[in-house]
Amino acid sequence: MNRRHFLIAAGLASGGFLIGCTDSARQQLTRGSLPLDEGEIALNGWVKVGPDGRVTVAMAHSEMGQGIHTALLMLVIEELDCGWDNIGFENAPIDRLYGNVASMAEGVPFRRDDDGLLARGARWTMRQVAQQLGVMATGGSSSVRDLWQVLREAAAVTRETLKQAVARENALASESLSLEAGSFLHEGKVVMSLGDAVRLLGEKPAPATRWTLRDPADFRYIGKPLPRKEARAKIDGTAQFGLDIRRPDMLFAAIRFCPVRTAAVLNFEGGKAAAAPGVRGVVAVPPLHGGTGGVAVVADRWWQARKALALVELEIEKTAMAEFSSQSAMAKLAQALDEEDGFAFWRQGDPEPALEGSARRLTAEYSAPWLAHTTLEPMNCTVEYHGDRATVWAPTQVPGMARAAAAKALELDAEQVDLQVTLLGGGFGRRLEVDMVGQAAAIARHFPGRAVQLVWSREDDVQHDFYRPACVSRFEAGLDAQGRIVAWRNTTASQAIVPEYLARTLGMPGMGPDKATSEGAFDQAYEFPHAHVAHVTVDLPVPVGFWRAVGHSHQAFFKESFIDECAHAAGRDPLDYRLALLADHPRERAVLQLATERAGWPSASEEGRALGLALHESFGTLVAQVAEVSRSETGGIRVHRVVCAVDCGLAVNPNLIAQQMESAVVYGLSAAMSGRIDIENGQIRQGNFHDYPALALAQCPVIETHLVPSVAPPGGIGEPGLPPLAPAVANAFHALTGTRLRALPLTLPA
Amino acid sequence: MDKITLDINGQARDLELEPDLPLLWLLRDELALTGTKFGCGKGLCGACTVQVDGQPTRACVTPAATLAGRRITTIEGAEGHVVEAVRAAWLHLDVAQCGYCQPGQILAASALLARIPRPSDADIDQALSANLCRCGTYPRIRAAVHFAAESLARQPAI
Repeated sequence: MNRRHFLIAAGLASGGFLIGCTDSARQQLTRGSLPLDEGEIALNGWVKVGPDGRVTVAMAHSEMGQGIHTALLMLVIEELDCGWDNIGFENAPIDRLYGNVASMAEGVPFRRDDDGLLARGARWTMRQVAQQLGVMATGGSSSVRDLWQVLREAAAVTRETLKQAVARENALASESLSLEAGSFLHEGKVVMSLGDAVRLLGEKPAPATRWTLRDPADFRYIGKPLPRKEARAKIDGTAQFGLDIRRPDMLFAAIRFCPVRTAAVLNFEGGKAAAAPGVRGVVAVPPLHGGTGGVAVVADRWWQARKALALVELEIEKTAMAEFSSQSAMAKLAQALDEEDGFAFWRQGDPEPALEGSARRLTAEYSAPWLAHTTLEPMNCTVEYHGDRATVWAPTQVPGMARAAAAKALELDAEQVDLQVTLLGGGFGRRLEVDMVGQAAAIARHFPGRAVQLVWSREDDVQHDFYRPACVSRFEAGLDAQGRIVAWRNTTASQAIVPEYLARTLGMPGMGPDKATSEGAFDQAYEFPHAHVAHVTVDLPVPVGFWRAVGHSHQAFFKESFIDECAHAAGRDPLDYRLALLADHPRERAVLQLATERAGWPSASEEGRALGLALHESFGTLVAQVAEVSRSETGGIRVHRVVCAVDCGLAVNPNLIAQQMESAVVYGLSAAMSGRIDIENGQIRQGNFHDYPALALAQCPVIETHLVPSVAPPGGIGEPGLPPLAPAVANAFHALTGTRLRALPLTLPA
Repeated sequence: MDKITLDINGQARDLELEPDLPLLWLLRDELALTGTKFGCGKGLCGACTVQVDGQPTRACVTPAATLAGRRITTIEGAEGHVVEAVRAAWLHLDVAQCGYCQPGQILAASALLARIPRPSDADIDQALSANLCRCGTYPRIRAAVHFAAESLARQPAI
């Protein structure tokens, strides 16, 4: 197919015509360039329409199971109704235009209800920085929030431009026309097909200057439980993940990593491996982008490469990590809390005298371990290098950073590298990292002209991850004579993520306090008259990274468990106790009431079971969960049912939202019941699903999702179902047994 | 290298194999049948599930050379009214999320329904608990197996 490149006219923004557009939407609507097939038109960098009436969306977000391809296509088709079977996507080019602004803007360390000058200034500045940087990223439950306005506007201007052309051609008033399922209608009759309308426009159409977005009351697609677009490909074996890329004469690579995380290889002996069947080369791989160093064996088949790894001998450098063990590090985190005050993310009133004057004081210490991600598709990347250019196939959450990592390793300019994002067999934050891309490129550089696919083993994946940071949390609450919380002090200690992440992926220094460390602790709605929430950053040599709802994932466990402790100390029902702390927060009250009503609170469905409740806000979405638990035959915790109530603003696709609740509950339950990474002398002790287990079907509870109807702009959905899960289960266990579990994973006292 | 003929998706394939080569890597790297997935390499996750003579089998720990004379079915070649009922149920209940484990789930579920046409929850637990899903599609898998069983019960046997 003959392709031309269509540059979007920069003059589009010359008038004040972008109805209801934010500044960022305006910028995003007037820049960009899309490759076009013969006869296709594009009025912006987001949407193109072909003479066959097919709409193609520039897809800037990675599909890792969350259904984002489907959700984003729904935003476009709402305004440009070509019929659901006639809309598809192709990967967006790597361009600042597609940078994720919402996720970065959320990184400022202020509470959502903080409307002060400093908070507003920081948010504005961060949006500007995010737009300038234009980092393409799928993460932070941000994709729909980021593109909610822009995609609908981009589709609407396209529709309006086409509609005006149809009106002119047929001497009709543009307002009298509507577009439904690929046809322009006038008084219910088809005037022209969408494809024929495209033909009217010619090569350089002038975009419409006025359009309106559909009223939510009239939505035809948004709000419907449409099945995901790629569902069929995922049941017939044709869905293509990174690991499934096949190229002519390709080679496969496996890496013998240094056993100590992040260490480099000083020397290696690869002669025996080089002589093994099928082996084409043995090459050193430096520690790249926070990864571990190692030696790669490249062979005709991955199995041959993998087998030959055993023949490689390594001499590795001595690093601080080699002295590190996780057990003593937990003590170090606790010690940091003895010695330091940390950075106060939230301070309200005068908590210290309020504590002194309270009728009763409660204290508790909680902890959570390091965690791996274990996406089911192991880390991989395929690179085909041709000297002056390269193609990279990567299951990545960050295509621009991945391209930069490949270009750096190949000593090419970024523009010489074509990066194709495949489907992701899970992401969970692990694929925000680019270590595997740098490694694949560094290896492929030795084999010009042939594609090289690097595949990690599961053991590599568990042992060379960027872990969710371990965290220790201390609480002190002051209760008045009625048991109400009058003062709340909470300090946590962990490693910071963002500065390390920015340094290893972008080569940038971190800015300011790392909100990810304390998110979920300082930014919740409970109306404490006096409060102080702080975090102490502790430097440790373990590489840490983002994880599903990262900071929220353990902060919610600490906070919601301790609130439950306060309720019990006060002799109050945990639901009533929370409601009383949320008198001015109707959205929070509504999810609590919906979840508990549907769960039959406070009574469990059977003798020998109990209910536990938790509430948490993350990524713009509120979730309350009620877990029903019993003791299993072996004395462990058995979770029978989890009832979720969700206020995520306007529900773009209730089916995908329910899926994400189920997903977050299962992923959260795996972590809560058994997830822990132990490190000894710099080596990760776990290695595969036998010692880093994932929840199995037989252990999976019944999961119900109930939505609070809302027309507020959409919140995130990929992560918010996870944080309340662990505390709901722990609170239920306490209700059942009287035993309070203050450490994750939830292992029972001997 | 052993010379061997394998029946893969109804096709006789003449192959020369290293004796310890797992079926998984034969399928993926030699035959480009990439629907069978690599997840753990130790028979722990079920992503590599294929059917051998109709039985769910972990391709990552099964040497291909041991399968002469056996009928190997991968997701690409799975056909017949049972697996089609399973696929239809999967679509109806929109089971898949990331989709990576789903070929294995579908082959394991089809094998279960071929053996037990109306499985109980306990049967499903037992048959499918070795197929891990990190996205948490379990509740829908359970519902879809029941749904497929019901739709098969309504069909005349073929």
